[in-house]
Order: sequence, then structure tokens, then C-alpha cells
Amino acid sequence: MRASEIPTAALVLGVNVPDHDVTFQGLSELLQQSVTPFVVSVQAKECTALKHLMQKVLERIMGVDVPLNEEDEGQSGSCSVPGNRKRARCSLSSLCEWYQMAVKKFAARSPGKKCSSLGKDVLPYPPVVIIFKDLEAFSPRVLQDFILICSRYIQQLPLMFIFGIATSPSTIQHMLPHSVSSLLCIELFQSLSCTQHLATVIDQLVLTPKFPFKLTGKVLQVLVSIFLYHDFSVRNFIKGLQLALVEHFHSQPLSVLCCCKKEAVDHAQQFIHQDVERVRQLPSFMRYVENQDAEEQVKLLTNDDHVKEVCQKLIKNLRKYHKNYHPVLRCLHSLTSSLPKYPLGKQVRELHISCLEKNIWETEEYNTAMQLLRMLAKDELVAALQNCADLLRPAKSEKMKEALQQLEDYITKFDKLDQLSSEDLMEEEVTSPGKDLQKKTDLFQLQKTLLEMRESRRSKKMTPFEVLRNQVLDIVDQLVRTYLIPPETQPMNEVCYYSSSGVLRRHLNATPRTSIQTALSHPYYYLQHEGLQTDTGSISNTAPDICVVYKLHLECGRLINLFDWLEAYCTVVSAAEGKDPDSPDYGKVDELKHARFIQAVSELEFVGFVKSTKQKTDHVARLTWGGC
Amino acid sequence: MPLQLQHEGYSEEKLGLLAEKITCRETQASTLLALLGEPDHYTYPSIFIYGHHASGKSHVTECIMKELELPHVTVSCVECVSAGLLFEQVVMGLYGSEATALLPRSSSILDFVRVYKQLSSQEPSYQTRYIILDRAQLLRDMEANLLPGFLRLQELVDDNVTVIFLSEIVWDKFRPSTGCFEPVVLHFPDYNKGELHQILTLDSHPSYSPELYSSFINIMLGVFYSVCRDLRELRHLAALNFSKFCEPLERGEVKETDTHKLWKNIEPHLKKAMQTVYLREVSSVQWEEQQQKEEKEAGALKGLSAYAHVELPYYSKFLLIAAYLASYNPARTDRRFFLKHHGKLKKTNFMKKHEKTSNHLLGPKPFPLDRLLAIFYSVVDNRVAPTASVFSQISSLVTLQLLTQVGHDDQLDAPKYKCAVSLDFIQAIARTLSFDIVRYLYDFL
Repeated sequence: MRASEIPTAALVLGVNVPDHDVTFQGLSELLQQSVTPFVVSVQAKECTALKHLMQKVLERIMGVDVPLNEEDEGQSGSCSVPGNRKRARCSLSSLCEWYQMAVKKFAARSPGKKCSSLGKDVLPYPPVVIIFKDLEAFSPRVLQDFILICSRYIQQLPLMFIFGIATSPSTIQHMLPHSVSSLLCIELFQSLSCTQHLATVIDQLVLTPKFPFKLTGKVLQVLVSIFLYHDFSVRNFIKGLQLALVEHFHSQPLSVLCCCKKEAVDHAQQFIHQDVERVRQLPSFMRYVENQDAEEQVKLLTNDDHVKEVCQKLIKNLRKYHKNYHPVLRCLHSLTSSLPKYPLGKQVRELHISCLEKNIWETEEYNTAMQLLRMLAKDELVAALQNCADLLRPAKSEKMKEALQQLEDYITKFDKLDQLSSEDLMEEEVTSPGKDLQKKTDLFQLQKTLLEMRESRRSKKMTPFEVLRNQVLDIVDQLVRTYLIPPETQPMNEVCYYSSSGVLRRHLNATPRTSIQTALSHPYYYLQHEGLQTDTGSISNTAPDICVVYKLHLECGRLINLFDWLEAYCTVVSAAEGKDPDSPDYGKVDELKHARFIQAVSELEFVGFVKSTKQKTDHVARLTWGGC
Repeated sequence: MPLQLQHEGYSEEKLGLLAEKITCRETQASTLLALLGEPDHYTYPSIFIYGHHASGKSHVTECIMKELELPHVTVSCVECVSAGLLFEQVVMGLYGSEATALLPRSSSILDFVRVYKQLSSQEPSYQTRYIILDRAQLLRDMEANLLPGFLRLQELVDDNVTVIFLSEIVWDKFRPSTGCFEPVVLHFPDYNKGELHQILTLDSHPSYSPELYSSFINIMLGVFYSVCRDLRELRHLAALNFSKFCEPLERGEVKETDTHKLWKNIEPHLKKAMQTVYLREVSSVQWEEQQQKEEKEAGALKGLSAYAHVELPYYSKFLLIAAYLASYNPARTDRRFFLKHHGKLKKTNFMKKHEKTSNHLLGPKPFPLDRLLAIFYSVVDNRVAPTASVFSQISSLVTLQLLTQVGHDDQLDAPKYKCAVSLDFIQAIARTLSFDIVRYLYDFL
């Protein structure tokens, strides 16, 4: 009985639709390599009617043109020629015939080659897989009919469906009635959430010393917020990253130094005077110069060769800084990510951003996190430290090896503590005043004892575990203070760090409406013509017609009387022509002005600020609200 | 006592074979046979057979055609995306694939009639030819002259041909306004419980006695008959659950005759099947797998509708909330909800008469884009630039079918939308933003 159901995979991919293409591409390649050569994917926008869906499926599987009857009416003169047998009929029965042939060919070929291109376990009848990329966008009617047709052929043609679902699997039930969904054998597959994808991408591209190119906190914040607030699209995030890269190398001449160490040193060696001047202009370099003694300062400002040498040194320092920064960042994150309420953020990127922006140890969140860490139980703390040690192990720099050694020492000390702990316990029991608490019934006495207990606890000698815990956390704190300093304090950081978040935001998160409004209300902003420069709010008389018309329309209500508008326009334009305000034809409507006005209004209509209305014939309706 | 099929034109032997195949449909079959007459008789030009899904229409017709070896062609109308394809399949079925070359590419009924005439004069047949159109209800959506044309095809092509329509819809819904040739209408009623039992018992398992299978079917019908009378679905369920039924037998705990114990074993199982596999919440493969391992771990399988949670970008969530508010609140009340100094409005004297019914009962109302954005800006706590991505989020909500666009005119200037999500869904979304949506809904004031 089950043989008559069409096997169907419901693939829930999340709402980040732009990313799905890559997933489906990978999926169909994988299927083609290991399961079946017959994989076809269709999109809703190319399948508005059943015949189009059918045509697309047939064309892509069989690799031939499948003309629809209507579309080739023009060339139907040749239809009586018997030679046109090649044209495939647009129906599944022709696919069936083709499939039988293809399977035979396939079987005949495979014993010789032993399926070199395909995996070993290719079935004698490989299934025909149809991928519906965006199920939600398909018209339910088309889909239902298609499934009905397919189920008629399932005995001869091993069809399989894959539904790409962006929202939730219950969409299937909304789209298909029971009579149709009973023809399918649906199994659910869920992809990773897009935030996990993003975490991987950030982990591999941003949080690594491998690549010299870096983003400042603000830029990263822009990219992440576009992702979280707007589209959930990892692909767009990567595009943004690429844009930042291009912008950096395009706008910062010193980015020649943003490459691997050896090349960077070579480039610094070959600097000409102009480049050296650029280095001197860098704010971080200026700060560096200020901190040197007077003699060195003079040398740095006058001697180009000396600057080159210092440059090389600073570049190396920057690299060292990165080599230490990332392992320590991961350490701190692994320690704090399991704390209640996540004082330093759940994701490592949040911690990274706050480290980039300020001294993390001065923040309140860091102090809370440290306090919480000082309260950890032993097994938790040891596990967390072990984690840290694992994270530090791959780091190659000397400093990190030292830190690792220290941590490991402490871990062994904690282990040794186990033997001592039994004695401690005995001791503690003796000093524990909890027992006499039960005797007291008097309220005053009770209060007094409790107070005493608190006092005694405060002054109580710390257990060896507590001493060790404080020591190890002091070391962690020291690591953070030494290595997680913000990159802005590093001289020459501008070479590697891309910082213009505004440019990126403008490019990635465009505001067409605002741009149009700026163009209309401040034409100087785009045209850069001296005559247009005015005080804020007002508009020059000589501005383009559409700007004048726009400015005037802001003063009107929802409906605008065209004649009043025209008169106002003519008055403004006459003033611009420098006519005498007292002359009789001042502000008079002539043909030229009339035509210009009409053109401006229709331009405004085109941009979408007004439209004609049926309520009053000589009026237009405003489509925006607010304004004046 | 089953009705004996009797007909003069055909041998007893053939009729006997036919009768075996069409359990519980003897009456309809003999009527149909009587209508068809002997092979060389002219038959009534068109026969219309209707009855519910899985009531044996196609099966009976196919069996008669096959067993009595009548020249026929069966075409499923759902497959024919255009009329041309339909003609092509008919011609191919009756005259072979070479004959289809005669049909022009985008053929009309006129071409079809012409080609058919030509072919039938080349190959005259003394037997009636039959054209069976399955799912004939779809003919109504094709060209207007198709249905009337097929109804009187015999007259048009002047040949001994009969068209049989199979449909799930009654003839009254077919009749075109211009009038047409009336076919003979034949109804296939639903199977009753006894008939279902009789048919289902036919596919008994070879390794068990038919009596056992029959008792299994009895139990199964007891559970499912109240919700499902679809033969196909019942067969599917029977096949899926029979192995579970036989488990105690295989373990040797119960004898075949001990029906009560078998019943106790299978009944809770069938009840569960009714909630999951019957509704296709769980696929049949998953169901079988679960049956295999059920003894070890009773991990409940989550059905399709259990995954209702949808993750959305931050602003998309607010846009959806704004759309929901715009759809279910009367526009006049926006002042009350989104202005700080709105004054006091009491619901009773504020309401108009027709608004007394809950908006949630009436369903979502369309709203213009402006209103959506106005509400959006007032529910989002921080300032949002009107960027292109906010607008593209609206259209992606439309493609995800969380919003629907209504109306076709003026799509550029003032598009209108409706919110297409349920209250539960929007409450789940609002909870993730810690936004108390109920406070903003007019119905819950």
C-alpha cells in the first residue's frame, strides 16, 4: 500500500530565503553525486500554472525543449511535417517513456564503468527528485494538481519530492487538502537555525588571527544588526563583509600593509616620502609619538627611514597583539558563557564587540561576571578552566604558552585539593555554629546569634579551595587586562581595521525615501550648485521646478487644489526671474510656466508623492503625511 | 446472494470473471452493461457517472472495458493541462501514436472532430469505441465548448463512439448556461459498513487465515468507521497496522481464535493511529519505524503541526504585529491605542452597532500600507529609519504567506494587505518581544 505514496521530504530552512539557494545547490549536487542523476529544482515564480511547472520539470530532467502548445503557435506551420517527432509532449507519460529509456542506457553503461561517477549504492532504478524551492509561494491549486498527476505514475516512475519550507511545516496542511496530502509520505527535516550559521561564519572569518583584515566594533555592530533586525540572511552578512573589505582597501592607502607579515614588512621598507607622511597623519601613530621622549619624537617627525623601521616594528606588534587577543577572548567567553543571565553576552561576538569598544574590565558587566565566577563550585570551575586550557592549547605565541602552563598548574592543584578536602570538612563541622541554632527560641537571641554568625563568617579563614579560586581568577583577570585592550590603543591599527560604519550602513541599508526627500528639500546636497545653498528649512527660488513644487505641496492638506498650487508656483518662479514685484504680469501664468508646472507635478506623481483622485477632479491627493 | 451479471452479447465465462472483480458493485455494473448494450450496438452518446472519492467508479468502468475487451481509452483530465493534450491522448489511445501527428499543435475541438472523422473512416470499427474521461469536473475549467462537444461527440463525428464521464460532482454543477445534450446519469453510492468489510477482507495476508484478517478488519472498522469511510484510506491504515495486530500471535502468546485479547492489544494502538498517521501528522514510514522500537523507548513522535514556531527577524516580528493590529482593530480606534493623550473612550458608547460582534469572528480586514507603517512606528520602541529593507521585509512576509495582498488596482501607490496569521501565532511572536498584544486589541478591551 505504501508504494503508492510519494516519498516527500519537508525541509524546514527558516525565513532567511536568500540563503536557501546555496543550500539547495549543495543538496542537489550531493544527490546527483550519490543517489541519482535525475534531480530537478523548480521555483514558484516560474510555475504560475500547471503547464509551466510540468514544462520546467520535463525540460530540466530530459534536457530537451518541451514547447507548450500556445507558445509556438507562430511556427506551427511546420507541424504537419512528420519530422517533428522529436518534440516531447508536455505530459508525465512522455517522461515515463524517457525514464525507461534512460534507465536502460544507464544500466547498459554502468557494468563497464562500474558507476565511476556515482556512488556504489546507486539503485537500478534511481529516483527522480523534484525540489520545490519555495513551497509557500506556489499556488496551492498547481501543487495539488501536480501531486495528483504524479501519484498516477508513481508505479512506473519513482518520483520523490523535496519541499523547501521557510516558515513552519504546518504550511503543508494549509496548502494541501487531506485527499492530496494522503498521497504523500512526508518526513520532516530541520536545518540549523540561521543564528548558528552566523556564529560559524563570524567564528571562521572574524574571530581569528588568520586574516589581517579586521572590523571595528561599530562596523561589526552594523552588520550584525542588519542581520538580526532585517533579514536573517547569512549570505547578505558575507556580502557586507566583502563590501567592507573592498571599501577598506579602496579608501585607506596604508592598507598595503594589511597583508601577511613578510609582505607587510617588505611594503613598509619600500615606502616613499608620501606614504611616510600618511603614517605620520594616523591618529594612533600621533598618539604613539606623543608618548615617546623628546629625542625620539624629533627623530620620528623628521627621519623617514626611522619611521619605516618603527613602522615595521609596530606592524609586528600588532600581529602579536592579535595572536594573544583571540585566545584570551575565547577563554573569557567560555568562562562567562555559562553564568546565569549571561552578564557578558551569550554569543562570543557580543563579548568581542564590547572588547573592541572599551576596556572590558572597567565595565559593570565584567565585574558582575567576575563576582559570579568567584562563587563557582569546584567541579564547575575546574571544568571551565579545563575548557580554557583546551582553547589556549592551539595558540602558538610564547605568552599564551605561559598562560596555559599557569592554568594547568592550577588545575592540578585543584585536583590535589581532593585529598585534603576530607580534613577540611572535619574542621568545618567543628566550627559550624549551626547546631546551637536549634536550641534558641527567643527571637532576640536568635537575631543576635545570626548576626554573630555573619560576622564570624566574614572574618572566617578562607578554605584552601577559596584561596586557590581567588588566585586563579586573579590570573584570568590579569590576562584580560593585559591582552583584551581595545585595538584603538594599538599604534597603526588603522592599517587593519575598517571603521567607517556610516558608509557601510548607507550602502547596505539604503533609505530611498530619505534620499528623495533630501534631494527635494535640499537640492544643494546633491547638485552642489552655489546658488542653491540656503538656510535650513527654506528653499531657493532658483531650485529645480520639482523642488519648488514639492516645497509648496508640503503646505497643503490631503487634497491639493491644482490651480492654487499653480499660482503659488508662478509667484515663486517670477521672483526667481528677478521681475519687479509691482509690475502687472508678476506672478502671472504664462504657457511656459504652465508647462513647467505640469511637468514638475507629473514628476512628483512619478516619484509617488501625489496621485490623481476621483473625489475632486481639479485636485490631487497627497500620499505622504506630515511635512510642514 | 450476489446479483448474477447477465448479458446477451458476452460469454458467461467473461461475465463471471468480471463479477469476481467488482465486489459490491454488481447492481451498478449491470446497469452500465445494459446501457452499453452489445458490442456492435450503437450506445447512448454520453454517460455520466458520479459518486464519492473511492466508490469504485473508475474500477468498475476499467474492469468492464478490460474484461470484455472493448476498444477504449482512459484519460485523466487533471493531467491535461491544455485541451490539445487531451485530444492527443484520446487519439493516441484509440488509433496509436502515429495518428497524433495529424493533430495540429494547438488543436481545438474542431480539429479534433476533423481528425477523428478522418481516422474513423480509415479504420472503421463495428464495436462501440469508448472514451473515458476521469475527473471530468476539471473539464469545466477548460474551454467552454469542450464539454458540450464531448457530450455529443457521436453526432459530431458520425461514428459509434460513447464518452463516459467520471466525476465526484453531481451533473447539475456541470450543466452550462447555454444548455447542452443531456447524458445518462448513473450514481455510485458510498459503500456501507458491510461492503467495506467485504472489500477490505479481500486483501488478506497470505500467511494468516482469512478469518483472522476478517476479524482484524472488523476491529479496525469499529475504530475508524466513524471518522473515515474512504476505502483507499482504510486499506492504507489496515496495511500499516496489521503487523502490529499479529505481534502477539507471532510471539505465541495468543491463539488466533482469542479475539478479545487481540482486540485489547490493538485497540489503543489504532486510537493513536487515528490521531497521527491518519491525519498525516506522521508519515507512514515513521509510523512503522516507531512500531518497531516502541517496546524499548516510547519517545513520542512530534507531528507536523507541532512545529508551529517561526523565527523571524526583529523588525519583521513588529511588522507582523502591526499588521495584525491593523487587521483586527477598527481604524477609528488607532487614536485610542497609539496616541498618548487620547482621552477616555468607553467601549459601550464608542462602538457602532455592527462592531459589537467580535472582529476575530469576522476575520481579518484589509488595511493600507500607510496604516501598517504608522502602527509599526508606534509599536517599535526605538527609532527606525524607513530603509529599503523594512519595505522588502513586508514583501517577504507576503511571500511567506503571513500577510496577503488584496486588491489588484493601484498596487504601486496604495497597496492593501491582510494579516493571515492566527491569534495564537501572533501571541507567541509577541511573547518573544515581551510585547503585550492583548492590551492593544480592541476585542479584548
